[in-house]
Amino acid sequence: MNYINQAVVWLNDPLNWTNPGTGIFPLLEQHLRISAAAVLLGCLVALPVGLWLGHAGRGGGLVVVVSNVTRAVPTLALLSILPLIRAIGIGELPVILALTVFAIPPLLANAYTGLRAVDPEVREAAQGMGLSGWQLLWRVELPLAVPYLAAGFRTAAVQVVATATLAALVAGGGLGEIISEGFGLGLAKAGGQVIAGGLLVALLALSVEGILAIVERAVTPRPLRRSKRIRKSKVALAAES
Amino acid sequence: MSLPDSPALAYASAANPWFSWQYMNDNSSTVLAALGEHTLLTVEAVVVAAVVAVPLAVLAHWYRRLTGPILALSGVLYTLPSLALFALLAPFVGIGRLTVLIGLVLYALLMIVRNTLAGLGQVPEDVREAAQGMGYGRLASLLRIELPLALPGVVTGLRLATVSTVALATVGVLVGHGGLGQLISAGFHANYRAEITTATVLVVLLALVLDLMLAGAGRLLTPWLRRRAS
Repeated sequence: MNYINQAVVWLNDPLNWTNPGTGIFPLLEQHLRISAAAVLLGCLVALPVGLWLGHAGRGGGLVVVVSNVTRAVPTLALLSILPLIRAIGIGELPVILALTVFAIPPLLANAYTGLRAVDPEVREAAQGMGLSGWQLLWRVELPLAVPYLAAGFRTAAVQVVATATLAALVAGGGLGEIISEGFGLGLAKAGGQVIAGGLLVALLALSVEGILAIVERAVTPRPLRRSKRIRKSKVALAAES
Repeated sequence: MSLPDSPALAYASAANPWFSWQYMNDNSSTVLAALGEHTLLTVEAVVVAAVVAVPLAVLAHWYRRLTGPILALSGVLYTLPSLALFALLAPFVGIGRLTVLIGLVLYALLMIVRNTLAGLGQVPEDVREAAQGMGYGRLASLLRIELPLALPGVVTGLRLATVSTVALATVGVLVGHGGLGQLISAGFHANYRAEITTATVLVVLLALVLDLMLAGAGRLLTPWLRRRAS
């Protein structure tokens, strides 16, 4: 219980919120900036590839291999290896790249599955109406795949925000720094700070999940909502964070 | 053959290789100890998680009202970043192995519960009715008919949980029990590449080996699936 009191005291200290560089606000800003960059980069890589493979109906095996391999690679390992590659260097870039690697599988798999899930009859009807490959992709397949794309985006974003906490283990910044610093100082001295950091990080992950669930619902056209198949594909893709 | 641009670079690449037999030889006992801890942590976590998760999935399967809450709770647990979970556990459980183990069990739970539940849901209704007609009670039907038929789902859950647990155990480095994660972290802080890559390769191999073992066990336990396929 003593730790919980310490956590409340730590959270009530305004300096712990605003301290430049190590306060909650600057770390949160950094956390969100790194996460956003990683998700954006992940989208730029995964969506074109996933959509094209889905459109062409090829490469399903590749999608599975990518998600299985990245599941087995520990985040900590990538976060430790990338800064030691001379071309990448230290700082925020290796963290962003490591997180991008983990953002790609859900985006890729959902883009692919979303396009494959389009009813073949719909596709044939569109082709019969004289739509070219690009028009088919852009006007028929893409709109129908929106629920999957939104689900993939949400999974990827939540995972990246959660995983970004681990950057603190390699001095990469973000909200995890509060926890990591607390452990460094020792529980006797900074147990409250560790708990406060844990609560903040948990709250951040759950809020991002909640907000994106609302966004996902909002962008999904009414007739496509509440499809059970989408939920299933998300479960199968749940990966480590 | 081109000469390196500067002596400093040549020195760095000579002294800090991505892989080194010398490192393996000099530190074999440390590496093996870390591998052992990592394996043991993973196996213990998955076994404990399975022992808790399978009955939980059966409960969720039997009592439909519990399905929502059980899945929601394990979903929330899964969304929690591992670092936050360890941070919330450590002050109460202590800095040590138990904190890592509890965290890993909690993460493995979700995948086993979900897949077991999905497996139980895929048992055809006629099979269930036939069992009932033959006089099987609820428990006997579960143990002798439904769970064996749900085995592929259970095995899928165990495989996903195992592979994720192997990767996740490295985060245990926060409380000093990360198995091979200890080496990755030590290598990072010492700026020594061979240590990181050796540990990383071992982590991926461990995940692969355990996954193959579970897949093999699953095949042996469900001979009827193979017969149908051939």
